[in-house]
Amino acid sequence: MSTTSPAFSPRRVAAMVLRHFYLLRSSWPRLLEIVYWPAVQMTMWGFLQIGIAPQAGVLAQAASTFLAAFLLWDILFRGQLGFSMSFLEEMWSRNMPNLMISPLRPLEFVLQLIVMGTVRMAIGLVPVTFLAILFFGFNFWSLGFALAAFFANLLLTSWAVGMFCSGLVLRNGLGAEGLTWSLMFIFLPLTCVYYPVSTLPAWLQPIAWALPPTSVFEGMRALMLEQTFRADLMVWAFALNVLWIAAASVAFTMLLNSARRAGSLIQVGE
Amino acid sequence: MNKTADPLPAVQAEQLTKHYGETIAVAGISFSLAQGSVTGLLGGNGAGKTTTIGMMMGLVAPTAGWVKVLGADMEKEPYRVLHRINLESPYVDLPHRLTVRQNLLVFAMLYEVADVAARIARLAADLALTEFIDRPAGKLSAGQKTRVALAKALINEPEILILDEPTASLDPDTADWVRTHLERYRERRGASILLASHNMSEVERLCDRVIMMKLGQIVDDDTPEGLLARYGRSTLEEVFLDVARNRRQPADEPAKEAAS
Repeated sequence: MSTTSPAFSPRRVAAMVLRHFYLLRSSWPRLLEIVYWPAVQMTMWGFLQIGIAPQAGVLAQAASTFLAAFLLWDILFRGQLGFSMSFLEEMWSRNMPNLMISPLRPLEFVLQLIVMGTVRMAIGLVPVTFLAILFFGFNFWSLGFALAAFFANLLLTSWAVGMFCSGLVLRNGLGAEGLTWSLMFIFLPLTCVYYPVSTLPAWLQPIAWALPPTSVFEGMRALMLEQTFRADLMVWAFALNVLWIAAASVAFTMLLNSARRAGSLIQVGE
Repeated sequence: MNKTADPLPAVQAEQLTKHYGETIAVAGISFSLAQGSVTGLLGGNGAGKTTTIGMMMGLVAPTAGWVKVLGADMEKEPYRVLHRINLESPYVDLPHRLTVRQNLLVFAMLYEVADVAARIARLAADLALTEFIDRPAGKLSAGQKTRVALAKALINEPEILILDEPTASLDPDTADWVRTHLERYRERRGASILLASHNMSEVERLCDRVIMMKLGQIVDDDTPEGLLARYGRSTLEEVFLDVARNRRQPADEPAKEAAS
């Protein structure tokens, strides 16, 4: 055996991606679950949009953005959930100590979660975008370059939240698992997914603007309602995301160290 | 005793301490394990064995003191040596839906094993995994799972192998067979083995040194023969009960060089 181990190894990241590929391939209920909820939600928002579209005025205008808002929200939510689910699989299978005593570094561990979070999100959302074209005539892909900017910013936020949630579960055990499912929902009202930031009370608006997804949803409405791509909003969201990722990395490291102090890693559970 | 003049012990702990709030799990123990030794770590439930092993593997941060494995401080620089050691523990499992072969492949890649197929084939042959190697790990019997866990612990041919109850769920025949395999592995690899076990005949057979823990402290440390002689007993089980129940004191003080 070699007496050195590289500080970063793509092979170790690939090993973990392979582990999750084997898992997904062996479990059709897991695959179905990934697609099921986005499809149900898309159907609901699609019919709502159809129902409101004949109305005149602002309501009809707002309704025309519902499907895009829902799909962008699901990138955010599914991105975080995919990240967290891949992490939770290790906790549920009591495999975490095996990984923590292996040469797998924390950065590699997080990177494979990012890869798997993105894969899971794509499995859930890509088919749904085609269903949206088929059933509601809404082509999400027609957003083009703007979609790439929205997508990148939402994914970055989802990774930051996923990292923070994973750290909480590492530190506190599966008793904190519920947070990985629910924490993101605080973003639903605050990031103004379905309405403009101006809807919020004045004191809440600065808080909303400090959340990266707010700029994405506002940018989406500008694009769909005014045919304007707001590059300034994307730059602002990206700058915030850099801060969020940095903060989440620090939080994850601190929670991991705290788990080592508390002895939480040796017996994973509640 | 096995402590040698080797400047780099396999494991060295100095005043190793772990508190969980008011609870003292490990109370300032010091010991050194020579390379190539097989050491039994004995003690009743709550003696501090698992916490000690956790600190040796870098899973638990000591409250005070330190433990070095192959010269690396496991709190500060675990990644220097994690690829050279491994652990099998009943508190740890492998992903249930992955087959045995898939699990071993994933861990072989994590440990950067060079010839993965050959290593898995050898482990499958050595530990008789061939029959169920393509079966999901979650669908194996307890004995089969234990052998697979051992295969995972040997995937990187570790220089230090830490085993927590390695034969607890095995029938006597398979348990004996596993012990033979461990003896051969030690001879072939020159590995150091730390064995936490409640099976005293297993400890007598495999170990050339026994560390006994109670309430987070090392209460004795000697060869199996030395312990039997000093306690005036014919089996380690009787010695274990003497220590656990404070029934009988050893004739002499335990070996000073290793006990805390």
